[in-house]
Amino acid sequence: MEFLVGTHINFLGHRKGAFILSLVVIAIGLVSLGIQGGPKLGIDFEGGILLQVQFEQPIAAESIRATLAEIGLGDAEIQHFGSGREAIIRTRDQGGEDLTGAIVTALNEANPSNQADVRRQELVGPKVGGELRKKATLAILYALFGILIYISLRFEFKFAVGAVAALVHDVLIVLGMFSLTGRELSLPVIAGFLTVVGYSLNDTIVIYDRVREDRRKLYGRSFVEIVNTSLNESLSRTIVTSLTTLLVVLCLFFLGGEVIRDFAFALTVGVVVGTYSSLYVASPLVVEWDIRAEARRRRRPKK
Amino acid sequence: MTSKMRWKIVLVLVILVFSAWKASYTFRFLSLTDEDKAGMETEQVEALESQSLQLGLDLKGGMHLVLEVDKEGLPADEAQDAMERALEVISNRIDQFGVAEPSIQREGDSRIIVQLPGLQDEQRAKNLIGRTALLEFVPIAPTEQTDLVMRALDRALADTLIAMGELSAEPPEGLPESETERLAREHPFSSRVRFMFELPFVAIDDVAWVEEQVAILDLGEVLPSYPDRPGDPRYRLGWGEESRTGPDENEYLPFHVMDAEALMTGSVVADATVRPGLDPDYPNSPGVQLRLSREGGRVFAAHTGAHIGEYLALVLDGVVQKAPVIKSRIPAGTPTSITGNFTDEEARDLMILLRAGKLPAPMTIVEERTVGPSLGRDSIKFGLRAMLIGGVLVILFMLIYYKAAGVVAVGALGSNIFVIIALMASLPVSPKPALTLPGLAGIILTIGMAVDANVLIFERIREELRNNKTIRAAIRDGYERAFMTIMDANVTTLIAAAVLLWFGSGPIKGFAVTLSLGIIASMFTAIVGTRVVFDLITVKWNVKHLSI
Repeated sequence: MEFLVGTHINFLGHRKGAFILSLVVIAIGLVSLGIQGGPKLGIDFEGGILLQVQFEQPIAAESIRATLAEIGLGDAEIQHFGSGREAIIRTRDQGGEDLTGAIVTALNEANPSNQADVRRQELVGPKVGGELRKKATLAILYALFGILIYISLRFEFKFAVGAVAALVHDVLIVLGMFSLTGRELSLPVIAGFLTVVGYSLNDTIVIYDRVREDRRKLYGRSFVEIVNTSLNESLSRTIVTSLTTLLVVLCLFFLGGEVIRDFAFALTVGVVVGTYSSLYVASPLVVEWDIRAEARRRRRPKK
Repeated sequence: MTSKMRWKIVLVLVILVFSAWKASYTFRFLSLTDEDKAGMETEQVEALESQSLQLGLDLKGGMHLVLEVDKEGLPADEAQDAMERALEVISNRIDQFGVAEPSIQREGDSRIIVQLPGLQDEQRAKNLIGRTALLEFVPIAPTEQTDLVMRALDRALADTLIAMGELSAEPPEGLPESETERLAREHPFSSRVRFMFELPFVAIDDVAWVEEQVAILDLGEVLPSYPDRPGDPRYRLGWGEESRTGPDENEYLPFHVMDAEALMTGSVVADATVRPGLDPDYPNSPGVQLRLSREGGRVFAAHTGAHIGEYLALVLDGVVQKAPVIKSRIPAGTPTSITGNFTDEEARDLMILLRAGKLPAPMTIVEERTVGPSLGRDSIKFGLRAMLIGGVLVILFMLIYYKAAGVVAVGALGSNIFVIIALMASLPVSPKPALTLPGLAGIILTIGMAVDANVLIFERIREELRNNKTIRAAIRDGYERAFMTIMDANVTTLIAAAVLLWFGSGPIKGFAVTLSLGIIASMFTAIVGTRVVFDLITVKWNVKHLSI
């Protein structure tokens, strides 16, 4: 079986439209981020506590909320799942000595016939939260920088710029999707972002490799033509790999459990966006750069 | 067949057999139920576990703590080795608490990471690990000195309250002043203190008020100081551990006036043991009996001999545990004890704290992550299910899309997972990388991405075949051309993984480890492994048609 072989899709012809589409999607995400005052940070980055409890019987989220309000945690966030028996409670409040203990006691007193079992408990101090925030930002910047250097060494600089622009594009869109779906950034999500960066790049580089090869093979043709050929030639591989990866990340998203759902969400969006950006952002940007540089060279008067 | 090819076959076989053999320990260990383990010798289980892949705390359940040592206020020389001593004390405490395979590591110059797998009672462990446990033997001020301190507090508090306009210096004009009102005005502090059995007590309802007033006052100024050291108070104030019922049926908390300097500290405790029936006041509660060192016994004997009739407090982290009256000189070698309304567990924990000694400085828990064993089991279940279904889908896809060549790719994929597990179980680094939940996700992600190398190669071979090359030439050129692409593409993912390895702790590190190992393993299985199979098929069996 084969598909998408011998295609002649004019990827570069659609590049202006693709750029506009990308900008619109990024803009929607940024507006959503702007309205919410930046990305929603989880306790890993802001400090706070997280408590995952499982009840013996299903319980209404409102009932949990009411109990928490009684002990002064009215602004705690409650995520309810697992056929109504499980809940994740997050609060910025550090509280006194044993806030998690106080929450569990309050829940058990409010529902004497439906006891809560603590399955996971996390506490991050505000200082540690600040450090992790800084470290996560640095991690993403270092990764992008390292990649920029590697691609500049292996390809021309303009390719590196195209690749990194595509990565920033991917990260911004995934970030926007997190904001639109009300998801929080946590440590695993940052790991997901970095994986998206690595994955999307993987795709981009395969295409760049092909461009480099086709430039030799198709010497004399225009750069636009060459890149279009490369995109078409590697299209079946791009789609096949994206499909197999998408299959597994979707399995993770639906079957992997609540603990890594946000992480899997970042990967799922990232694989789709990363594939799109390899075809419609990374290489078209290189072409755009090339065309403009060429135009500038021609405008320059000959001596 | 060339000798180079023969070597390659041998290499691939050796690596695969080794991996399968290594991975088999992991499968055997992880498939053991609790009953199986109970039926085996402990050494057998341990031997198997040490050969097996380690599970992270988020999968097997347990507690991850980051403690920060507060070195502020320590003299420079003590601050220097405070970390070493803190590590030692915490290790001792955990050893005696009895947790299997704890990990205690230093991080940076003020933090300690403690990992306790499979822990049940996290609150108890936290109390035990984070507590300073400074034990002091402190003489209680005799009555006349206590009076002196009370009067000083009264004066200072009256001045402060008058300055704040909350108290008037003169009795109110006109109205006759009641005795209670006069007391409250002239003795704003001590009017709230009640003496019972010669010692000061404060009603439970007034405790918060007293704490507030003491916090306002500058005790260095207010309390009598050492003659040669002005501003350095001779006394300190401290609450008792347990309240008592007063004659008016109200509950009162002991409020002690003690010497600022301790007679001796917990370092004189040679040993501590839990004993029942140490104190007739608490017949049903165990207490902790302390045996003092020789030096401690001597100091104790000298002090008790010279201060018969006075009180001596046993203070733990600033709270008076008990304050018995000295009835006679206590000769060296006589055990003393801490008693109270303890449960067996509390007594045991107190014993552990006293045995392991005090922390050099107070510590705070700045990060805690605890996963219960049931959630860990669920995570494994969910992770394996996602892996199984994802794997089956990818395998089906590869078989349909690449037919016979797909079988080779699927073989590579399977070997890939064996190689990852074998590498993780036998990497010669300490501590061994543990498989965490994000790590499991990393393996699942690798399943999707590992086929990429084969996809690249197969697509290339198909292209070469379309250009009417022979099967052998197509395979050779396909592998050759795809090789650089695979390298370039994987190096960039490795860069991201390396950054994660630097950035992450615990679970994230686990993800970075499986992702990097997965990429490296996939480059081996997908490039070298499949090539050997193709070469065998085409050279040895001289196949003319390639089903790809």
